[in-house]
Amino acid sequence: MNFVALQMLIGDRAKYIGILIGITFASLLITQQSAIFTGIMSRTFATITDLPTPDVWVMDEKVQYIDDIKPLQDTELYRVRGVEGVEWATPLYKGLLKARLSNGNFQSCVVIGVDDATLIGAPIQMVDGRVEDLRQNDAVILDEHSAKGKLARVQADGSRAPLRIGDSLEINDRRGVVVGICKVSRTFQSQPVVYTTFSRATSFAPRERKLLSFVLAKAKPGVDPLALCARITSATGLRAHTREDFKWITMQYFLKYTGIPINFGMSVLLGFLVGTIIAGQTFFNFTLDNLKHFGALKAMGATNGRLVRMILLQALLVGSLGWGMGVGGAATFGRLTSSTELAFRMPWQLLAISGGVVLIICSISALICIWKVARLEPAIVFKG
Amino acid sequence: MQTAVNLRGVKKSYGAGESRVPALRGIDLDVNAGELLMLVGPSGCGKTTLISVIAGILDQDEGQCSVFGREMGGLRGAQKALWRGATLGFVFQAFNLLPSLTAAENVAVPLLLRDVPRRQAVAKAREMLERVGLGARTESRPWQLSGGQQQRVAIARALVHEPRLIVCDEPTSALDHQTGASVMELMRSVALGGERTLVVVTHDARIFSYADRIAVMDDGRISKIVDSANQL
Repeated sequence: MNFVALQMLIGDRAKYIGILIGITFASLLITQQSAIFTGIMSRTFATITDLPTPDVWVMDEKVQYIDDIKPLQDTELYRVRGVEGVEWATPLYKGLLKARLSNGNFQSCVVIGVDDATLIGAPIQMVDGRVEDLRQNDAVILDEHSAKGKLARVQADGSRAPLRIGDSLEINDRRGVVVGICKVSRTFQSQPVVYTTFSRATSFAPRERKLLSFVLAKAKPGVDPLALCARITSATGLRAHTREDFKWITMQYFLKYTGIPINFGMSVLLGFLVGTIIAGQTFFNFTLDNLKHFGALKAMGATNGRLVRMILLQALLVGSLGWGMGVGGAATFGRLTSSTELAFRMPWQLLAISGGVVLIICSISALICIWKVARLEPAIVFKG
Repeated sequence: MQTAVNLRGVKKSYGAGESRVPALRGIDLDVNAGELLMLVGPSGCGKTTLISVIAGILDQDEGQCSVFGREMGGLRGAQKALWRGATLGFVFQAFNLLPSLTAAENVAVPLLLRDVPRRQAVAKAREMLERVGLGARTESRPWQLSGGQQQRVAIARALVHEPRLIVCDEPTSALDHQTGASVMELMRSVALGGERTLVVVTHDARIFSYADRIAVMDDGRISKIVDSANQL
């Protein structure tokens, strides 16, 4: 009877397409909005993502998230290095400084100063140049998006020429020479990212008593990073988080103190509601239109269980197709916008979630139909 | 002669309390195996309720109903549905063919319901369509067929799984006289035979002559049973 169920569904083209559109739309909206939400949220901890080497981030006890810099004394670095279980510890500067562009405009940049000796904290993926060149005088490495975009040189005809190796720029009245272009995650506010050494970064930065933003530490082999965090906190009074925890804390801050989750949550909810209503309504109408046929099948010997299986098969088919088309549409959207500022990230978990939501939509639709068909009196077929 | 259907004191009402409407007020009826019995009477006299009870679609409130010796009251839910699928064939007034299936696929439905493999079921359905004179239209959809042809498909569907009892509800009311007559000819020639029994509900006096017996119903009771239309 699976064949009959599928023919009943596909045979009514208009309704079939209507149900598919409903589920596709819901799936597209839910997946696309969630992917943008995920993309934006992952930008909040982009700096942490781009620094995979350290296990532990050490910071002032009042720091709430990655951009909430409360500088430490330089001596804190040595105190962390002295904690048992620490393989190594390096300083990291992170600050928002102004770069002067060739046309006289200023652009805020995220300046990251990495350990002078080891260059731990430097970008992993270079598009042009070498990380080691950061040891040259006035050397900086720029992220490729800002080299082509916000930091690009404005030419006489108004066009923009990307900054290349050898070009220079002014950061807080100090000269920086581009020695490399790297690929890093975009930041939450899409500011250019400028890498340099810790000592140079502190010379770019306005004078402050304390300029050490974070201490990055690595656990010795066999040492649990979580246990190490506790030990660092106990020994130094500073806060210490594993990389994953710090990402989560940063994201939680944005979730709690910005309207982003509510706004995107509304869109996702809207997609869910619209999808459920369209798909549910169309599927229900489809069942109503076929009620006499279901009645005839019942009269001819179809049990409720068999009819339920037929309806579930129909729901499963439209659900799978609709979900696939919706997710495909969202992926295409993401692909087409990948070179723009739009944040779009579609991990497999998101596909699983949207699949689960579509399953709920289809189940609700199918349940309404099953309820109707199970209560159907087969004597309906004798009513002309 | 074996009795196909045996009804004793069957009562059925709809609704409850003050809005209770009796549809069957005590039906006693025997339908012989191999005969074509017509149930006739004015609208609302209980004909459709009676065939619904015989077909195991509705449960009577009181009395006994047995079909080929099987007491209907002893069957419940899925068991009753499976019994219907094995024992009964249906011909409906509005044909009730699935529009998205071909004639052969529609005819194959009772076999598919009994889990006969699709290829085998459709092959048997084609044979049955040959027998009802629609061998050339096996791949046609219902909307491509005339009313008479659709009812022939419905008759083929009612016969394909070789049921012992066929229940027909106003099989000719949607057809012109000539087509109606040919449908009844077909029912007598193809459907009837051996132990197979037909119970036909109809208003259509033009087809009374095809009956072996006619049971006249009035206000929930069988007022008389006659052997030919001339006795009405």
